[in-house]
Amino acid sequence: MEFGEIVSVLLQGAIVTIEIVAMALPLAVLMAFSFGLIRLYAPAPFKQIAIVYIEFFRGTSALIQLYWIYFVLPFFGITIDAMTAAVVALGLNIGAYGTEVVRGAIQSVPKGQYEASIALNFTASQRLWRIIMPQALVNMIPPFGNLAIELVKATSLVSLITIGDLTFKAKMLADTTLQVGEIFGVVLLFYFVMAQFLVFFIRRLETHLSKGLGRGGLHS
Amino acid sequence: MNGFHWDWAFTWEVLPMILSAAKVTLLATLLGSIFAIVMGLVFALLRRNNSRTLRISTYWVVEFIRSTPLLVQIFFLYYVMPEFGISMSPLATGVFALGLHYGAYLSEVFRSGIDGIEKGQWEAARALNLTIFDTYKDIVLPQAIRPMIPATGNYIIAMFKETPQLSAITLLEMLQMAKIIGSENFRYLEPFTLVGILYLVFSLLAAYGIHQVERRFPKEGFSLK
Repeated sequence: MEFGEIVSVLLQGAIVTIEIVAMALPLAVLMAFSFGLIRLYAPAPFKQIAIVYIEFFRGTSALIQLYWIYFVLPFFGITIDAMTAAVVALGLNIGAYGTEVVRGAIQSVPKGQYEASIALNFTASQRLWRIIMPQALVNMIPPFGNLAIELVKATSLVSLITIGDLTFKAKMLADTTLQVGEIFGVVLLFYFVMAQFLVFFIRRLETHLSKGLGRGGLHS
Repeated sequence: MNGFHWDWAFTWEVLPMILSAAKVTLLATLLGSIFAIVMGLVFALLRRNNSRTLRISTYWVVEFIRSTPLLVQIFFLYYVMPEFGISMSPLATGVFALGLHYGAYLSEVFRSGIDGIEKGQWEAARALNLTIFDTYKDIVLPQAIRPMIPATGNYIIAMFKETPQLSAITLLEMLQMAKIIGSENFRYLEPFTLVGILYLVFSLLAAYGIHQVERRFPKEGFSLK
């Protein structure tokens, strides 16, 4: 098989990979913020639910969660297609790790900021969204960036529930053409480029968000 | 659908099989961690090497390994190594892949641990005319190990949770066993749930274990002799 043909088949797979990332990432961010905030501020029963979710998804493997959602949920009468299973499993998994990022970033905002906002008689929601969150957000960007890269890497698992992503196409090509060296080499390079693109994007975002926060001392 | 209820008889029937596969999972994790620690040290020391070319190329190798999926690396080793005349069993391939992948992560932990040792310690070792090997063995590593324990432990737990990916190259570990049981009996609920619970139990136990090791570890370092 021509090298060009191999690359074009792999590119189709890469598009599926990017689609999954594009859908799972918003879900992960949503889970991270909602459960991160519940974990910090909600009353007891909700807090316990958040802890169960976080510990369960962080304590078991992503692949098992994916299989569980794909193979076991049908037994409960919930049949979902492979793509939905993939997005839900990866979104919930990365989201669980994200809750800790949100929690850590909020807790890292200096205590004086809370005290000052109380002294200035801000309401609780103003305090969170106007004072704490803008500062915490900057701290969240680098660890969220790492999680985004983890998500890109984790999408390779969906090939095991027969979704035609980059890894799936590579495996398929390897089984039919036997040009394994080129195929897996190109695939590794594709993933690497995607990750480097994310790194670049995250750095830009971080600089953008830190504007006006008086961070960075003499360098800003 | 008769699968809505949890079948206890089936659970007790499959539990011993899954537990025996757990041995393979734990063996892969154990061997993988040993290999990862060795590789991590090698990468970390290469990044402190005097040669600039070696430092930069090690940085990119580590970056490459860290930002590409473990599953693809497993496939790469499993399919491409035989092209070079190196055929390895699924277990050996898995240990190799896990070790390489997590070695890249651990090298960052080791590097920052070694960087955390005060400059005065290096200067004193030099003044005492210790060889570079003795400096690492007797001065640097004994002090650097304690702060490295939590991060190293977390990566080993992370590695443990990625071992199910070895089922993709037919290694008969817990998940592969659960999949086989599931497809033979048309019941996935119990085997997959059992495997999930076992992972949860093992990783919680491991996290507790690491915490204990860290707590018991002498703060002032210890002799490697």
